[in-house]
Amino acid sequence: MKRLTNLFVSSPHSRAGLTTNQVMRAVCYACLPGVAAQVYFFGWGVMVQIFLCILVALISEAIILTLREKPVRATLADGSAMLTGLLIAVSIPPLAPWWISVIGVSFAIIIVKQLYGGLGFNLFNPAMAGYVVLLISFPVAMTNWMPVQQLMTYDISLLDSIAAVFTDFTQDGYSVTQLRMAVDGITMATPLDNFKTQIDLGLTASEITNSPIYGQYGGTGWEWVNLGYLVGGLLLLKQGVIRWHIPLAVIASLFTLTLISYSITPDLTLTPMATLFSGATMFAAFFIATDPISSSTTIKGRLIFGAIVGALIFMIREWGGYPDGVAFAVLLANLGVPLIDYYTKPTVYGHKGKA
Amino acid sequence: MHSELSLIEQMRSGKLWDIPGGIHPPERKSLSNTSPIDIAPLSPIYYVPIKQHIGNEGDLIVSVGDRVLAGQPLTNPKEGLSLPVHAPTSGLIKDIILHVSAHPSGKPETTVVLESDGENIAIANQPIPDWQNKPNSELIAHLKSMGIAGLGGAGFPTYIKANPTKNVELLIINAVECEPYITADDVLMRHYAQEIIQGIEVLQHMVKPELVVIAIEDNKPEAISAIEKVIVDHKHIEVRVVPTKYPSGGEKQLIQILTGLEVPNQSIPADIGIVMQNIGTCFAIKKAVIDGEALIERVVTITGESISRPQNLWVKLGAPISDLLTHCGLVPEQDQRLIMGGPMMGFNIMDIMMPVVKSTNCILAPSEYLLPSRGVEQACIRCSLCADACPVNLLPQQLLWFSKAKDHDKLEEYNLADCIECGVCSYVCPSQIPLVQYYRTSKVEIKQAKEDKIKSDKAKERFEARQERLERDKQARLQRHKESAEKRKKALEKDNSAKDKIAAALARAKAKKNELAGTTAEVENKTSEANIPEVKTTDTQDRVAAAIARAKAKKQQAALNSDETKPDKTRTDDTKPKDIKAKGTEVVEEKVQTTEPVSAEQAKKDKVAAAIARAKAKKLKEAVEPAVSNVEEKEQTSDPVSAEQVKKDKVAAAIARAKAKKLKETNETEPKTDNTSSESIVPPVSEQMSTDSKTPEQIKKDKVAAAIARAKAKKQKDQGEQK
Amino acid sequence: MYTLLIALGALVALTIIFGAVLGFASVKFKVEADPLVEQIDNLLPQTQCGQCGYPGCKPYAEAIANGDDINKCPPGGEATIKQLADLMGVDAKPLDSAHGEEDVKKVAFIREDECIGCTKCIQACPVDAIMGASKVMHTVIIDECTGCDLCVEPCPVDCIDMVPLNDTNWKWDTLAIPVKNVN
Ligand code: SF4
Ligand code: SF4
Ligand code: SF4
Ligand code: SF4
Repeated sequence: MKRLTNLFVSSPHSRAGLTTNQVMRAVCYACLPGVAAQVYFFGWGVMVQIFLCILVALISEAIILTLREKPVRATLADGSAMLTGLLIAVSIPPLAPWWISVIGVSFAIIIVKQLYGGLGFNLFNPAMAGYVVLLISFPVAMTNWMPVQQLMTYDISLLDSIAAVFTDFTQDGYSVTQLRMAVDGITMATPLDNFKTQIDLGLTASEITNSPIYGQYGGTGWEWVNLGYLVGGLLLLKQGVIRWHIPLAVIASLFTLTLISYSITPDLTLTPMATLFSGATMFAAFFIATDPISSSTTIKGRLIFGAIVGALIFMIREWGGYPDGVAFAVLLANLGVPLIDYYTKPTVYGHKGKA
Repeated sequence: MHSELSLIEQMRSGKLWDIPGGIHPPERKSLSNTSPIDIAPLSPIYYVPIKQHIGNEGDLIVSVGDRVLAGQPLTNPKEGLSLPVHAPTSGLIKDIILHVSAHPSGKPETTVVLESDGENIAIANQPIPDWQNKPNSELIAHLKSMGIAGLGGAGFPTYIKANPTKNVELLIINAVECEPYITADDVLMRHYAQEIIQGIEVLQHMVKPELVVIAIEDNKPEAISAIEKVIVDHKHIEVRVVPTKYPSGGEKQLIQILTGLEVPNQSIPADIGIVMQNIGTCFAIKKAVIDGEALIERVVTITGESISRPQNLWVKLGAPISDLLTHCGLVPEQDQRLIMGGPMMGFNIMDIMMPVVKSTNCILAPSEYLLPSRGVEQACIRCSLCADACPVNLLPQQLLWFSKAKDHDKLEEYNLADCIECGVCSYVCPSQIPLVQYYRTSKVEIKQAKEDKIKSDKAKERFEARQERLERDKQARLQRHKESAEKRKKALEKDNSAKDKIAAALARAKAKKNELAGTTAEVENKTSEANIPEVKTTDTQDRVAAAIARAKAKKQQAALNSDETKPDKTRTDDTKPKDIKAKGTEVVEEKVQTTEPVSAEQAKKDKVAAAIARAKAKKLKEAVEPAVSNVEEKEQTSDPVSAEQVKKDKVAAAIARAKAKKLKETNETEPKTDNTSSESIVPPVSEQMSTDSKTPEQIKKDKVAAAIARAKAKKQKDQGEQK
Repeated sequence: MYTLLIALGALVALTIIFGAVLGFASVKFKVEADPLVEQIDNLLPQTQCGQCGYPGCKPYAEAIANGDDINKCPPGGEATIKQLADLMGVDAKPLDSAHGEEDVKKVAFIREDECIGCTKCIQACPVDAIMGASKVMHTVIIDECTGCDLCVEPCPVDCIDMVPLNDTNWKWDTLAIPVKNVN
């Protein structure tokens, strides 16, 4: 005998589209093109970091959930912790020591996410908050980016990467600092970092970008990484996981501001295209700023939020003390979200023309 | 603002607008819209709820055992918003019961149970052949008596809408049918286009719009061509094909799509010169006016993947759903869901004896595979998919937050009241949150809170009025006291012997009381003789209190030992306690007894006797605490003239009862708690007696003390239970 | 030295300007609020039951205004405590169970054939919700009854019951009827 369902359910009696778990996973998958480019240019260290960060993220989430007496398995399955781990992993230097990752990820999960009430309640983007804590606490380790592999004298294998992350030395005994020496014996930095330093030394933009660390548009390798994240982001857009407002607003405002700056002081500014394709621009526009929980929820609000993020990135890169300002820009914009949301409430049906 | 002319001009130009949000769920209409409309077989039993529409139900005009014919009215509508219901077929009224209603709650409602005789004989039709020449009022009365209600969803009485108080420019006939699965209107248009247009003509005559627009979704090409065919020579009727999108069939949404106008908040469409009717209603109007038939059947779509022969049926109102399911062949899967209405706004059918009513357009038995139900609710990730999809531009995620926090002010600020409960937000929510359910609950809670507020305001008013009155009475009483005291003084001066008399009476009363206390204590505390002397010398209130405490403790011990409840024990002892009672220490009893000789009728006497018996029983229960009775007695005897005596008695009695109750309760609890509880009772008692003044504040205080005592007793009981 | 003076001067100027603005705003945008006792009284359920230890809601409102605890009103329950906490700017705390527990809404019902017409309940009722006269049957006006329970105790023949109020507002939550099997 078959029974009628005895659950009382309020309408609607169906649903469609991705579930939250699927959304989180979709974002992880969409990172793959960018991650692939990173691995190609920066070696296996990226994969080591990803593995390490996701593991730490899951463990710290599980611990907190147990302490808070929340369902552990079901919540871990929503993939949000995994995503946070992944986002931090791709943001930190590939050969950063292991404790950097552990501190950053556990801070992000435990303090920024769970102490604010868990999924859906965090005011700040956990990944970026974790990243910023690391950047402030360990500025040296956090800016230790490898030059792209193709410019390096030493080839780093997977085992080398693992050894470097956990012991600070490769199998052959090179330290990470030694590895960063390029052919000409000059310590390499990220293109944005390098640019900033050189400008301060009084060089002009065109002189600086002649260096081999700059490619056609952005930094060598970095342009491909950005392209990878752009592709992933477009996939997300197509799937309906993210909406176009925030990425477009970020890119548009960053581009416009750089263009203005470039046309006024071409000697002191990277070209607008270079700006878009270096650093973490695309990653920020499609993967960080679009984090639903900490970004604005109204349509107008999303446009404003994106524009603020873009503008802040520009300002920090141009005038700030850090070469790339994505994390700070996003966190600062997060702060404004409640206000933005409040003032961009859409007009409800039938309330037109009323105050 | 649109000028009056431009609205119609715009309409004629055929321009369409869009609504924000909306979704495109799988339609699955082809399941049921291919076959013509069949007629459902006669059910053996019909359940006709007397309320099938918005407004008041009518008064029943049939009774059990009556024979009725099809179309015969069963109720007589009341004044105001009210409609009759009619017998769906001929037969016998078997019963009038509370039967599960066609409502999400299934709350039982008054229902006429009609046993069909299988003949289906109808009463004579009452058509109005020359309706073109009839005044509106007559047609409206006719629509009312035929029980015509909106067949679209809410079931709003049609005669109200057909009688607009304002000038109507545009009459919209809603044939959008945007809910998936449902095809009732679709097939009705395909097969009864001519009749529908006739119904629209009647409406045109009544409402007098400049233009009639029939809105049909573009997924019903057959229906569109059928209607277009019959309106060729109607200059003022147009068909407007609207793009398929849910919920474009909502009244406000459809107006927005067709006119670009929004019905202002807290207004109705008629305020902007628009009236909307459902297409099925037009058919019912035609039936009522031109054919003279009451609304006793409608088209119902029976569909879903678990139905083996999905189709549209003419179903007589009141037919139980089980019969329809059997007719169409329900093959249930595990945990089969049955839904009345569509998948977006319908509700679970929890009982298949639920009847079909005027607003039932669909019975849906979907499969879990094709219409997956919502999974486990997760945290809102503020993705705002819901906000993007909401057709009225609400922010569902914020509403959810405030609903959970029960923040009614914020909910109103974020316009919860404008939510049309379309279900779009829940449909798209990745976290599978039953948003609409939260909103519905909140809406009811807000309504409840408002009702409570009205009630508490009323209570406050009454309370204050009463306080004022009591104050007035008190002043008046004081005045009287003063006067009578003066009088007494004068009288005393005249005759000293009166004073002696009073003194003698007081002395007697005191002696009696002591004796009484002694006896009672004796009766109650056979085990402790030592108590008696002390009780006898109850000069100071402290001693009384102490005695009470001891007596109580003893009582408890005794009760626990003998494992008997106290009242029983005292009753079985002998008649002494009753004798004591009979001496008339209690006001009530005395009062009641004095009524005895006065009352003439025996019946009354019996009643009084019963009351006395009850009162005695109650007293007896209280007699477990003899000393408290003493207190009462003392108060009575020592202050016989006081007008406030009654009140004080009441307070004292309340305390006594509270104590007695508590004592009983503590006896029921573990012995551990006994001592502490009996001790804790003492201080209030002595306090009570020592502060025996007559100020109104005092009375208030007494009352409060009694209330606290009650609360404490309750708490102790609870604690006892917990232990 | 000079810079110090400038800084000091600027600070003083700012202080004066902001002070003026604030002062102006407080005068200009002053909100006319009800007296506190009124506001508190409006939040209390007006059951007038006295369980809080005061003879009615208004006296309790006065007591709260004078600093009494906000968690003494069982009929209002957690909801009222929360509102009071918001109003008074203090933390909400659980209901003080010494005063009773939160219960479903009830109204008094007099079993009329047992009523002896003693008028005691009439005197007890804080909102005059009982009708009747001496020695004739009494009855409760359900719409006016606040469910305060005060009339139950005084009744000498125990003919008053507190019956749960039939709640007409269904809250979309419970199953009203059992589910039946099909086929
Ligand atoms: S149910 Fe209410 S909140 Fe949800 S989409 Fe419909 S109108 Fe908007
Ligand atoms: S769709 Fe669901 S998860 Fe997304 S914002 Fe709305 S309620 Fe939250
Ligand atoms: S306990 Fe009773 S009298 Fe006191 S405030 Fe609450 S409802 Fe009013
Ligand atoms: S009738 Fe009884 S319960 Fe109701 S308000 Fe009056 S005293 Fe209270």
